[in-house]
Amino acid sequence: MKIQLKFFASVREQLGVSTELAEFDQDITAFAVREQLMQRGEVWATALSHQKVLRMALNQQMIQQDQGLQDGDELAFFPPVTGG
Amino acid sequence: MHISVQTTDFDVSDELKRLHANNSAIGAVVSFVGLVRDLGDQHKLISMELEHYPGMTEKSLQAIAEEAKQRWSLIDCLIIHRVGRLQAMDQIVLVAAASAHRGDAFAACEFMMDYLKTEAPFWKKETSPSGAHWVDARASDDSALAKWKK
Repeated sequence: MKIQLKFFASVREQLGVSTELAEFDQDITAFAVREQLMQRGEVWATALSHQKVLRMALNQQMIQQDQGLQDGDELAFFPPVTGG
Repeated sequence: MHISVQTTDFDVSDELKRLHANNSAIGAVVSFVGLVRDLGDQHKLISMELEHYPGMTEKSLQAIAEEAKQRWSLIDCLIIHRVGRLQAMDQIVLVAAASAHRGDAFAACEFMMDYLKTEAPFWKKETSPSGAHWVDARASDDSALAKWKK
């Protein structure tokens, strides 16, 4: 199934990617997507490392990592927010 | 309820007047303005870039305002947040709450600001003569939020 990935702020800069349409297996969780992306290489492993506090949003709502995904979902990765 | 994410500056006086115009039930307006702070002599701020997540930003500000309206007796409220390149002393954010009496407006204004700080997808990047860096989230912002979850 297809998932629209989005990356923001320091994560976007590290990866050099702001958006990507990627293919994943059915019934994958947000956590598993993160794990699979980390296997793409050093840069991805560092940017999405579990050592770092990262936030995820599914279809523009903050989620926990164990959330399941569906075809056509939009999944975003970003650092804790610093607006205001 | 007025929510805006914009690159342009805002006039606080105009915005507050608009908030309570034509509504004689409003007896109190409380507002907060956030400004770009300089970093001090060692690291003079050259500029600040504010990135956001278009779509999610507007939704999350809307949700914060709705939540404030549910918790307090508000007549109206307002959130304006700027994005893009800013300089020291520029205005970043305006949050305001209007109610019949001051108690609701004071509490709702602080609540909306505390939520915005930890929930709305904005990120600040500061550039000084020593380089550019992303601002780290502060633990004090999380504890400010925690007090509303009691």
